[in-house]
Amino acid sequence: MGNLDLTFVNWDIISAFVVKGFLFSVQLTVIATIGGVIFGTILALLRLSGKKVLMIPATFYVNGMRSIPLVMVILWFFLLVPLLIGRPVGAEYSAIITFIAFEAAYFSEIMRAGIQSIPRGQVFAGQAMGMTYGQNMRLVVLPQAFRNMLPVLLTQTIILFQDTSLVYAIGAYDLLKGFQTAGKIYGRPEEAYLLAALIYFAVCFSLSFLVKRLQAKIAIIR
Amino acid sequence: MTLDWQVFCKNTTEGTLEPSCWGSGGDVTYFEWMIHAWGWTLAVAAAAWVIAVLTGFLIGTLRTLPNSPVVVRLANAWVELFRNIPILVQLFIWYFVVPKVFPPFQQVPGFLLVIFALGFFTSARIAEQVRAGIQALPRGQRYAGLAMGFTTAQTYRYVMLPMAFRIILPPLTSESMNLLKNSSVAFAVSIAELTMFAMQSQEETSRGIEMYLAVTALYAFSAFTVNRVFAFIERKVRIPGFIVAGGTGGH
Repeated sequence: MGNLDLTFVNWDIISAFVVKGFLFSVQLTVIATIGGVIFGTILALLRLSGKKVLMIPATFYVNGMRSIPLVMVILWFFLLVPLLIGRPVGAEYSAIITFIAFEAAYFSEIMRAGIQSIPRGQVFAGQAMGMTYGQNMRLVVLPQAFRNMLPVLLTQTIILFQDTSLVYAIGAYDLLKGFQTAGKIYGRPEEAYLLAALIYFAVCFSLSFLVKRLQAKIAIIR
Repeated sequence: MTLDWQVFCKNTTEGTLEPSCWGSGGDVTYFEWMIHAWGWTLAVAAAAWVIAVLTGFLIGTLRTLPNSPVVVRLANAWVELFRNIPILVQLFIWYFVVPKVFPPFQQVPGFLLVIFALGFFTSARIAEQVRAGIQALPRGQRYAGLAMGFTTAQTYRYVMLPMAFRIILPPLTSESMNLLKNSSVAFAVSIAELTMFAMQSQEETSRGIEMYLAVTALYAFSAFTVNRVFAFIERKVRIPGFIVAGGTGGH
């Protein structure tokens, strides 16, 4: 173990290289979670609509996204988004669009399970009150589905945070890239990778600990 | 925008069309290169799968051992360690850090390090499923084994693991498909697999859409095949009278 030297790390290096990347990783995670849950809920509603015109495209989208590697999806969007918009976009911007589109497929499966876990009587009760489909979903079904699935949604968000490191494929400046750049400049790439692993571990481990606590709490209320 | 599929029959060194779509002499076509890359993807994923399943079952079993709190803690630590670090970071650690810290690893070829990284990363996920599968068994199964005079090892070997294996087949299916998809990170350390092919051929030919479409189709086809193989195994090993619970996937 004698040939690793972590003493090169100091606050100046961290603030110069790592903080920017960390903020992007967090930003990407938050935006993709919010966007993915919204888009994913719409996809789940389409799949449960009972209308073939809506179900088939939504099912195709979800299963398609889930059967290809995220790295390929990142590459696809990096290639296609500039063609669709008609002007080049940065890797960071492309990554945000990719993650919303990709994670929506996974979030939609979670939301679909959540919606299906709501007893039918709830829907009937809403209808008996004279609610429209939209009101029924917005006021009765979705809030309960969302609450029941909160631990699973948060676990998916932790996975999403880990997945953000894959923007490496298009060279976006995230947490991993920040450490990598610092490691390269100071000639200590191995130590930088270890530190990156440590930060990812600390964030994901503590978040999943919190999710476990939350899960126990919700389980008691139900 | 028109697609030009002929690009796959082009020679990678001279850019000329090969009538047979397959390289002659020392040259290769893009199609041939892609098939080789597909082979790399499948080989890396298959080898990592063997490591993941062996290690995953071992660690998962250790986590359920009665009266061995130290072993359980160590096995739990294994799972937390490999589950909470992104696969790409683990890959870099195996590829760059391990050989530096442990010099004997410098003799190990790169693709083996990639296989270790993917295998151990997936082993943590499989261990989690195995633990859940064993704990889903009725407590009576363990007691029945012990009452028959089996040792703990025999109880696991003949009573609990065969049932747990059947219970976790659905999540094991999705973990195996995830492993295949995750093998795409190997591009980052220049393994000549499908994603690497997609990136390089896109740059060389500027025919990104055709290349990506073909690679995407190969990934989807491979994942679908894995899915069918597991469905077949599930039907073959089903025990009449037992309803086996479904599982959930991640990625």
